[in-house]
Amino acid sequence: MAGVRTSREKWTNRTAIAAVFVALLIMLTPIYWIAATAFKPRNLATTIPPTVVFTPEVSPFVKLFTKRSQLRDQPSQEEYDAAPWWEQMVFDGGEKVVRNRKSGKVRSSGYGDRFKNSLIISIISTVLAVSMGTLTAYGFSRFKVKGEDDWLFFILSTRMLPPVVVAIPMFLMYRVVGLNDTHMGLIILYTAFNLSFAVWIMKGFIDEIPKEYEEAALVDGYTRMQAFFKVVLPEALTGMAATAVFCFITAWNEYAFALIMTNRRAQTAPPYIPSQIGSGLPDWTVIAAGTLLFLIPVAIFTFILRNHLLRGMSFGAIRK
Amino acid sequence: MASEVLTRLDPNSRAAAKGLSDLTIRNLFIIPTIAFLIIFNIFPLLYSLGYSFTDFRASTNAPANFVGLQNYRDLLNDPFIWKNFSITAKYVLISVTGQVIVGFGLAMLLNRAIPAKGLITTLLLLPMMLSMAVVGLFWKLLYDPNFGIINYFLGLGKFEWLADPDMALWAIAIVDIWMWSPFVMLLSLAGLSAVPKHLYEAAEIDRAGNFYTFFRITLPLVAPILMIAIIFRTMEAFKTFDLAFVLSSQPTTELIAIRLYKMAFQEWQTGMSSALAYIVLIMVVAITNIYVKYLNKVKAR
Repeated sequence: MAGVRTSREKWTNRTAIAAVFVALLIMLTPIYWIAATAFKPRNLATTIPPTVVFTPEVSPFVKLFTKRSQLRDQPSQEEYDAAPWWEQMVFDGGEKVVRNRKSGKVRSSGYGDRFKNSLIISIISTVLAVSMGTLTAYGFSRFKVKGEDDWLFFILSTRMLPPVVVAIPMFLMYRVVGLNDTHMGLIILYTAFNLSFAVWIMKGFIDEIPKEYEEAALVDGYTRMQAFFKVVLPEALTGMAATAVFCFITAWNEYAFALIMTNRRAQTAPPYIPSQIGSGLPDWTVIAAGTLLFLIPVAIFTFILRNHLLRGMSFGAIRK
Repeated sequence: MASEVLTRLDPNSRAAAKGLSDLTIRNLFIIPTIAFLIIFNIFPLLYSLGYSFTDFRASTNAPANFVGLQNYRDLLNDPFIWKNFSITAKYVLISVTGQVIVGFGLAMLLNRAIPAKGLITTLLLLPMMLSMAVVGLFWKLLYDPNFGIINYFLGLGKFEWLADPDMALWAIAIVDIWMWSPFVMLLSLAGLSAVPKHLYEAAEIDRAGNFYTFFRITLPLVAPILMIAIIFRTMEAFKTFDLAFVLSSQPTTELIAIRLYKMAFQEWQTGMSSALAYIVLIMVVAITNIYVKYLNKVKAR
């Protein structure tokens, strides 16, 4: 600024910095508390005053993947060998569990499977939504389409519906075709849900790639398809990455469809973790462990995405 | 569609004569998406439109009887449904107002030279990246009257956040504000950074006060983007299901989406719930239209 820095201005700035740090503290405390609770021994999770200093334990994570009530029975060697690697890893995961493997059976809780379901469903639906979305965005960006705005609005409108509204007919349809409680069922739903978003974000990105690039490629003797794959697509890659992260986060966190459409086989973690709370005193350390593990992929992506967040969220309404 | 020349690029270029025609490519790229969305959005909606005129229950094998507009009539005359709508409206109002105040406030604070600004902004964005259901569940622990840290830090003793019928809706809205203020902050920051610096310099030369500068320069220029944030959040808050469903089961927190879920998947009144879904749908379409109108207005600037 042109003005002379007065002491009052400095003071205002310091107050603002202090306020920002207070806000940061408030906003992050719940997340910190999840992380802290995930490493606490059970008896320290619900103390007042809250326990801040404690020796971290991994037992909540071990308990998360194993059912405590079934720790007493012995898994046979065959059962152990037949178990998939992620369950074997859990069998060997902690001292308590290893000991129980000798004296008692270890059965995996549902969490590992739910986590795996979340990964499968989110990743596949993201890949589908981004690839279809990119092609469609290119189509709308570079070619004349009759009633283009209406089509784009139609595409966007599919995302505006409350999930519960769509879930009723989808549930009935899926029941007829046998897609309830299948991975495919959720993959289709999440792809449909994310596709509209992918088209809109990608159109923003592709509109900004100069048409001259393709024209030059066409003059060089490329076909339109070659020009798309060799010239436009590499330019659009950052946009696709940003879109993918958004789609992944949406699919990863989705709750309503997963609750309604899945039961056991294809259930994802968001409906599973709350269902474990049941009656009686829940073990918050285990819930925190499950929550924390579930947050990690998204936290990593948020960090990767930080510079793209804005454009993606505003549907291209903000142009820099 | 007509087989007119569809490319905006030169149709006489050599490339147009080779490979797939632009028309084919366009159709190949666009039609699968449109078809996919029609099959998985429009078709199910028509399917349930049919059911909304029947007394069908998905839990039995009894055939559906056509009842005409009876479901709609019953729903619109049901005071409990209107109660659900008014709870939803109250919830939307509380949470969106809260998000605008907190989010815009944060953006104003961050819109100056602050150490580690990028890192702080990223950290502040974290809540909105998380799963509402999973994080909402954990807030149950934070709100717990006996050992929750919220009561401890605020010195509230054994205050019953979620068991108190008057407080429960606020408690849910607070979590929503915590999660989504960063979204308003993000958009506001973009708006604030786009305000030309010379306007502030001119105001300073004119010795304009902070109050004047804010209301005459900052706010009008940020308003369009802030409006997007508000409309976005209004629509999302209207649809809220997971957060309220996981956190509380008070009659005073039964948002319309929860009522709809219960009617469809707990009471199995499939026909009736399809009708309610349609009523909600019409409301959402109305809100969406407002949204698109504002979006276009902002884009036109």
